[in-house]
Amino acid sequence: MSARDLLSFAIQSLLGHRLRSALSLLGMGVGVAAVILLTALGEGAREYVSTQFANIGSNLLIVIPGKTETTGALPGMGGAPNDLTLDDVQAIQRRLRQVRRVAPIAMATANVSRGELSRQVAVIGTTSDFLEVRNLSLGRGRFLPVSDLHRGAPLAVIGEKVAEELFAGQNPLGQVVRIDAWRMRVIGVLAPRGTQVGVDIDDIVLIPVATAMRMFNRSSLFRVIMEVRAYADLDATTDAVTALLAERHGEEDVTILSQDSVVSTLEDILGTLTLVLAAIASISLSVAGIGIMNVMLVSVSERTSEVGLLKALGVSQGQIVAAFLAEATLLSLTGGLLGVAFGWTGVLVVVSIYPDLPAHPPAWAVGAALAVAMGVGMIFGVLPARRAARLDPIMALARR
Amino acid sequence: MIELEKVCRSFPLGDERVHALVDVDEQIREGEHVAIMGPSGSGKSTLLNILGCLDKPSSGIYKLDGREVGGLDEEELTDVRRHQIGFVFQFFHLVPRLTALENVELPMVFAGISPAERRERAMQAMTRVDMNERVGHRPDQLSGGERQRVAIARATVMGPRLLLADEPTGNLDSVSGRQVLDLLEGMNHRGLTLIVVTHDPAVARRADRGLVMTDGKIVRRLEKSDLAALAGIADAAEVSP
Repeated sequence: MSARDLLSFAIQSLLGHRLRSALSLLGMGVGVAAVILLTALGEGAREYVSTQFANIGSNLLIVIPGKTETTGALPGMGGAPNDLTLDDVQAIQRRLRQVRRVAPIAMATANVSRGELSRQVAVIGTTSDFLEVRNLSLGRGRFLPVSDLHRGAPLAVIGEKVAEELFAGQNPLGQVVRIDAWRMRVIGVLAPRGTQVGVDIDDIVLIPVATAMRMFNRSSLFRVIMEVRAYADLDATTDAVTALLAERHGEEDVTILSQDSVVSTLEDILGTLTLVLAAIASISLSVAGIGIMNVMLVSVSERTSEVGLLKALGVSQGQIVAAFLAEATLLSLTGGLLGVAFGWTGVLVVVSIYPDLPAHPPAWAVGAALAVAMGVGMIFGVLPARRAARLDPIMALARR
Repeated sequence: MIELEKVCRSFPLGDERVHALVDVDEQIREGEHVAIMGPSGSGKSTLLNILGCLDKPSSGIYKLDGREVGGLDEEELTDVRRHQIGFVFQFFHLVPRLTALENVELPMVFAGISPAERRERAMQAMTRVDMNERVGHRPDQLSGGERQRVAIARATVMGPRLLLADEPTGNLDSVSGRQVLDLLEGMNHRGLTLIVVTHDPAVARRADRGLVMTDGKIVRRLEKSDLAALAGIADAAEVSP
């Protein structure tokens, strides 16, 4: 018996009970679609996060005051970290050649107003290096000037959305805004950027760091972002900064993260999430497999006399197994392909609703879902097929 | 062609063993037309199943063409059924989703015969049973007699030498029953060995000889004249009030 004959025999039998075949196709289709859709979302999230970070650059180190490790000291002794100050930043600038740019950050949410209009906005105190470090560009005017760190000029660079909301089409350059009680002159507007690492760049106000620390009454910086000249120096620089700050503070009381490690940790987490989603979705695949087994068992008992006939005609047990197995495999594979189509459509719908999310099903998920669908169909098809092959032809033919 | 020697067949039923065949001895020559008769439960279907290699004797010897087939394994029996034996059933057993022609092609599909050749051979078989006009019909579009003729075409398409028919007219009216019997008889006259299981004397009288079974044994062997007489008695019984 040729493979083609086997296939057409299977197709004819499936067409013999259309509704039942269609429903089990649907079951398998939904299973595969679920795998594809969920992994696409997981992968989309992962990609979204890594692109968010990718446009900041990978040579970054982030200094955060406080040590994440426990010190082992007695309670009340050495618990609170020393402040991370502008003097520390200055020391890094002066003594560590391998650091190209340093952007200290002091951050708070404040009320920014102009006349009647006001808005709660994230206000970030920083320096001229911020623009390059965060890979941003300026839309109009100029950025914070290069100046003494400690000099807090009353200047502000605002995000596109802030400009729109407070100035409503007027030119904001040279105008004055109030940040809480402080009057600041707008010198520049950032180019529209959207969300970057969870911060809506269009909805922030940048002011000189010294001004921000006074305004918010802070003694310590929120963090310091550094750009290292060469990627290869990242580890060495981490050690150098740690040593420098330990020398200045008398103890190791800062945590230094590299942008890379943050990204790879996040990618790991989201990659695991994708796998978990795939695993959950594949439960529905095995349910679909059981559905196929059920359909095939019904088919075998319904076609008992046909099986008896085949045996009387001199069809071997192996051929009967092959015929029923071909049917189950055909069901699961067609259902799988249908599921890929469903899944893709679902992904396209999601992408059209959330264009920012780069959701696309990973090739491994499509391949694995199809392979599992087919495998499940074959495995769950074996039992019915063997049952058919073992039917006693005399009993089977006794049925009308 | 067929030699049965002390053939027994028994199987368990609950706590007891049912003896469906007990020490059956019989010889059937090539080209014979034999009717097997008897009340239901007499073992005639069991005998037919053993002759058709669908079942094996529990003991005794069954030789087909001089070859002991009782001891063959499943694979070899399948091969014997495929090439040497044709079956015709009371309920036709046509596959409902296939056309008449496709039903006739079915044994050739599983025997691995090429599509072109099997189409040609199926058409020839359909012509032999005078069904060549209705090759594209599905079983539910055919009358009972037509279905049985398609079934006969299917049973003979692989060129068997032994045709086994189990109540071939049991489900047909007398006119189509007669057509089917004419057809079977014609094939028998061209050399096909024909064994018919029936309880209908009108069917049995067409045979060369008859075997009457009771309780798993052949209790009487009837010649052609006996069969005719039996049919006469049955006819008389039918017309009498």
